[in-house]
Amino acid sequence: MTIAREEISDKLAAVGYIADRDIATALWLMEFLKRPLLLEGEAGVGKTEVGKALAAVHGAELIRLQCYEGLDQNAALYEWNYQRQLLAIKTREGIGENADAIEEHIFSEKYLLERPLLAAIRRDRAPVLLIDEVDRADEEFEAFLLELLSDFQVSIPELGTIKATSIPRVVLTSNGTRELSDALRRRCLYHYIDFPEVDREAKIILTRTPGIDTSLALQIARMVAAVRKEDLRKVPGVAETLDWAATLAGLELHDLRQEPEAVYETMICLLKTHEDRSRVAREVSERLLGKVA
Amino acid sequence: MTSYHHPEVRAPRASKGDGPGRAPFEGGLRPPPQDDGRAPGTVRRLAGFARTLRDNGYKVGLAETGDALAILASPAVARPSSLKPALRALFCATHSDWERFDEIFDAFWRGEGMRQRQILSGSPSESRAPARKLAEAHVPQEALGLPEHAERRSGGEEESPADGRGRREGASRVESLSTVDLRHVVNPDDIAATHALAARLARTMRARLVRREQVRRHGRRLDLRRTIHRNVSHGGTLIELAWRRRKIKPLRLVVLLDASGSMSLYTAFFVRFLHGVVDSFREAEAFVFHTRLAHVSPSLRDRDVTRAVDKLALMAQGMGGGTRIGESLATFNRWHARRVINSRTALMIVSDGYDTGEPEQLGEQMRRLRRRCRKIIWLNPLIGWRDYSPQARGMRAALPYVDLFAPAHNLESLAALEPYLARI
Repeated sequence: MTIAREEISDKLAAVGYIADRDIATALWLMEFLKRPLLLEGEAGVGKTEVGKALAAVHGAELIRLQCYEGLDQNAALYEWNYQRQLLAIKTREGIGENADAIEEHIFSEKYLLERPLLAAIRRDRAPVLLIDEVDRADEEFEAFLLELLSDFQVSIPELGTIKATSIPRVVLTSNGTRELSDALRRRCLYHYIDFPEVDREAKIILTRTPGIDTSLALQIARMVAAVRKEDLRKVPGVAETLDWAATLAGLELHDLRQEPEAVYETMICLLKTHEDRSRVAREVSERLLGKVA
Repeated sequence: MTSYHHPEVRAPRASKGDGPGRAPFEGGLRPPPQDDGRAPGTVRRLAGFARTLRDNGYKVGLAETGDALAILASPAVARPSSLKPALRALFCATHSDWERFDEIFDAFWRGEGMRQRQILSGSPSESRAPARKLAEAHVPQEALGLPEHAERRSGGEEESPADGRGRREGASRVESLSTVDLRHVVNPDDIAATHALAARLARTMRARLVRREQVRRHGRRLDLRRTIHRNVSHGGTLIELAWRRRKIKPLRLVVLLDASGSMSLYTAFFVRFLHGVVDSFREAEAFVFHTRLAHVSPSLRDRDVTRAVDKLALMAQGMGGGTRIGESLATFNRWHARRVINSRTALMIVSDGYDTGEPEQLGEQMRRLRRRCRKIIWLNPLIGWRDYSPQARGMRAALPYVDLFAPAHNLESLAALEPYLARI
């Protein structure tokens, strides 16, 4: 079985996700125990990417549900196609069909609109269901989600119970804007994703930025790590690092030390608030550069 | 032991292939692991580990233990190096679980299954799991109140003649209790009465706040989608209407309680108040700080009021020493603020403002807090003292960011807060 876990980590690398050792274990465990995986971590550490990578690893479809405040079952699970239903009623009344028959007809599968959660359990092959930022949804929704995750069946009053044809692999992410319920946490495996250490971030840069040289990638990773240590409001995530790396590569820089000016100016890719920008002023940027490069 | 096994756990073989095309409903149940081969000792130690985690506040149930056994039995985790991450993913549920896991794991498995108490007593981070440790510390009950007061009685208030008072009950006494400076409440019965009052006060606050909110709930508008849905069976003629109400989120209250030595006379009382608040507000969080910051809402949610309060009172006592308000606030801002604070949050800091850290830091952290939450209320028991003016440097640095700076030396002053909270 050790192979299987290493295999997961190899496959993750093959699809462009540079995993730390532990996340491969968590993903393996997901398979082994058939439990959903809850990912937490600062914004920008690549939580969503894990879901995408997992789908790629298994060659499965990725079904994504982005949560937001006020998300309800209509938007997450299913919805009736009202326009078509009304249309059907009018036409069928015209040909003199009786009310029961009409009702029977308009509450059939044909008029049912699948939303992500329903879609995820009705596929022939198990997809990866990514429930993104579950902390943004309301508590009521969380309770509903919990029920779905344990039974994998859905009851639609007008239609009856729909059982899962395949059990999706479920990845939930949370940014910690709200405390999740103990029940949901207990249902899930847990993994906390930290900012990648320098070597891993350098690898990520190398994988994702075509044509960048190794030494520059390493310099960038070190610089970003140093910037993260500053007291910032919005700590730059991996996505920001990649933006910055792409920018620097686009400017055809080869050594950060040679171009302190360009480094400072392009750092807008990393620092997204005025306050952070003024905190990492020119001198600070040069000092950091001196330390890392 | 096999009965512990999760019935749905399948042979690990199934995930070994390429993944696609798996059919989760097929595939046999996992054969019972060779408990015999694996010495029942392993199973017992795993159970012990689960218990240790539970003692440290982890939510570990039978299902998790069963899964853990399955993991242990699988060849994938033959080496301890791969066992740790696997068990961590399984047993942890929060970031703080995650951070503490390595330490507990190492202590347990390397220390040959040593018990919880020993682990914690030698550990540098013992305060992170204070509840359990404190509960086991066997401190005599009398110490839980305000022990210092016992000595001061003779020189105390004229209002506290020693005898007979405890037995009398009545409105007038309760009334008078609410105006007595909390430092001078010394009689155990009085202390109990004060605490009960504090808890009741917290509940009343909650009730009134809710009522006021409901009066405001008049904004209604038509929910077109639901209306159409509901009337499909009427042939699309709109007969029943569906309305939509604006959902008003309740006020969230976050309390940071200073438990430093200088506050010790008031701490036990405020702990009781905190319990009332956390218990009755739907959304409330409580933190205690002195040189460090501790998140105490979970301990406060203990059903047993006395036990919860005892735990915290002890924790607060253990925390004596200098106060680092600025640093504690920084910790709060960095790790907790985003989660516990939203735009409908009132932040209540209960502290005398004697900060042994840098006032600049305190000011800076207050500025950040100010931007996040709706109101900052600073309760300072010293205001109740005659001739008090906020001279402490820390207090002065913090004041510009405080919306309400109020006394909190007796129950009446706390009750006076309620209309203010209701307006937020």
